Amino acid sequence: MTNPNGRFGIHGGQYIPETLMNAVIELEEAYNHYKEDPDFNKELESLFKNYAGRPSLLYFAEKMTNDLGGAQIYLKREDLNHTGAHKINNVLGQALLAKKMGKTRLIAETGAGQHGVATATAAALMGMECVVFMGEEDTVRQALNVYRMRLLGAKVVPVTSGTRTLKDAVSEAMREWTSRISDTHYCLGSVMGPHPFPTIVRDFQAVISKEIKEQLLSEKGRLPDAVIACVGGGSNAIGSFYHFIEEKGVRLIGCEAAGRGVDTFETAATIATGKLGIFHGMKSYFCQDEYGQIAPVYSISAGLDYPGVGPEHAHLHDIHRAEYVPVTDDEAVDAFEYLARMEGIIPAIESAHAVSYAMKLAPTLDKDKIIVVTISGRGDKDCAAIARYRGEDIHE
Amino acid sequence: MSKIRKAFESGKAFIAFITCGDPDLETTAAVVRAAASNGADLIELGIPFSDPTAEGPVIQGANLRALRGGVTTDKIFDLVKEIRTDVFIPLVFMTYANVVFSYGAERFISKCASYGIDGLILPDLPFEEKEEFLGVCRNNGVDLISLIAPTSENRIAMIASEAEGFLYIVSSLGVTGTRSEITTDLKTIVETVKKNTDIPCAIGFGISTPEQAEKMSKIADGVIIGSAIIKILEKYGKEAPRYVGEYVKSIKDAIS
Repeated sequence: MTNPNGRFGIHGGQYIPETLMNAVIELEEAYNHYKEDPDFNKELESLFKNYAGRPSLLYFAEKMTNDLGGAQIYLKREDLNHTGAHKINNVLGQALLAKKMGKTRLIAETGAGQHGVATATAAALMGMECVVFMGEEDTVRQALNVYRMRLLGAKVVPVTSGTRTLKDAVSEAMREWTSRISDTHYCLGSVMGPHPFPTIVRDFQAVISKEIKEQLLSEKGRLPDAVIACVGGGSNAIGSFYHFIEEKGVRLIGCEAAGRGVDTFETAATIATGKLGIFHGMKSYFCQDEYGQIAPVYSISAGLDYPGVGPEHAHLHDIHRAEYVPVTDDEAVDAFEYLARMEGIIPAIESAHAVSYAMKLAPTLDKDKIIVVTISGRGDKDCAAIARYRGEDIHE
Repeated sequence: MSKIRKAFESGKAFIAFITCGDPDLETTAAVVRAAASNGADLIELGIPFSDPTAEGPVIQGANLRALRGGVTTDKIFDLVKEIRTDVFIPLVFMTYANVVFSYGAERFISKCASYGIDGLILPDLPFEEKEEFLGVCRNNGVDLISLIAPTSENRIAMIASEAEGFLYIVSSLGVTGTRSEITTDLKTIVETVKKNTDIPCAIGFGISTPEQAEKMSKIADGVIIGSAIIKILEKYGKEAPRYVGEYVKSIKDAIS
């Protein structure tokens, strides 16, 4: 899907300061070399299997299926990976690549903290230094993950610029990278930023759809009718979609965080409310005002609280290959509680956005249809915040 | 010929950067006039952006203050129209790609030409992406200014050979902001530039004192100062024009 200039249709590109150009060129060359290297791939596969716990389960949610009374629902359990989310797939790939490139230091941005925890984990495993940038607002919302990162030996830098959330953490990580390049790899956490990041991150996450395909073919002998995943930058979604893009019979549905609703300013639903722009190294859709100032977006989910979307999603939207639907805070919290009680699985509040849409879609489909929902992460980190949302005062 | 060339015709050029609307547009107009009458040869007018990823804390602060004060691209065009009645040195805009893109490249750049903006600096538009705006810039006679960084190395010749207006040489790694020391081998960079183009080059990022300015002016055709001027604005607010004027004079004297 990527053309040589890192474009997905009109989206993507490399809109970054000159200072970083040689760094991304070097990264692209290294990636193109190692992705074909049998030893690199063997090492990564071994890390996936023996360290991250792959393949992750594809679980038939029978009780949920019966309760909703429509399509059969399968859950892709990325929450069962080591560190509790899909983020580890990309991080193990990038950390290994960085190590081969001779880098000794990883920097990363994080929203909910899952990517930060995964990066800190890989850094610990591979003996690298690690610095994670996290919006100050998010360090409060996700205090437990801040502690986890520190426990793993990473330095967490609270970002106090702008809205003090994920977009500001990305900006600050980019600033840090421009000031220290020679020993440092920027381990970007989503399918966004300048080329080659959207392609590299997608390729490392594509293991999700590869497994879904194999697992469902072996269990049911067929492909799913729909794949549903939540979309912030869009890494678990593109990972869940990738091997189905050419399978035109499979509906691909990305769930954006609508926050308090797409008709309010307190939303992070980029495709529903944004317009074409250039930011954080890429051309894509962004929530912005009429003068191109990036909007201060909002979602209960720190991991989806981002004003843009990855360029490949923007392209899949343009060509009508994937559908993007908004899901509000209220709907996501309902789904969070529903899955906990129905299946005994507490999903991340990000993933709960995908669960919510599955709850709407399943009853409208026949019982012989199959929906796969990616549970991108586990919800332990969200329990205190959801309790507060419901008016219970819990202290971590 | 590029109007920007005029800034480099009488000795070493001093280029001053000012964020429009910090603390308000009246003060910006007065600061531009104070800088021009005290020896600035070219002024970079910053159009504030919500997320200025190439800026350090000082200019980030100016961007935020200006946006909070309600400044917009349209109001800044009006400001340019007004100062062009008596300010005749070259003026360029410095902003981020999305500000131009969202306004509409054709609409933005043709307005630059008709209001008297001679060039455009976009720190998030590297050589590989300049086609985004280059055609429109050329059609309107507005120079799209290229940057060269300490990490550019094998890219310097390529960038320099297609450069227009002047070349902005970034002195150091990292973001804008004053530095006590500049360690990049700028002399070698400038030599490579000169082998590939005859357009002037100016050094920016990290310069604040007359001593640093003098040292840099011996290497290049001009020096660019931003954060040090923004600090004066931060300190004196509406009273800043007089102090900016004094500061500009001290720098211009040092490099003359």
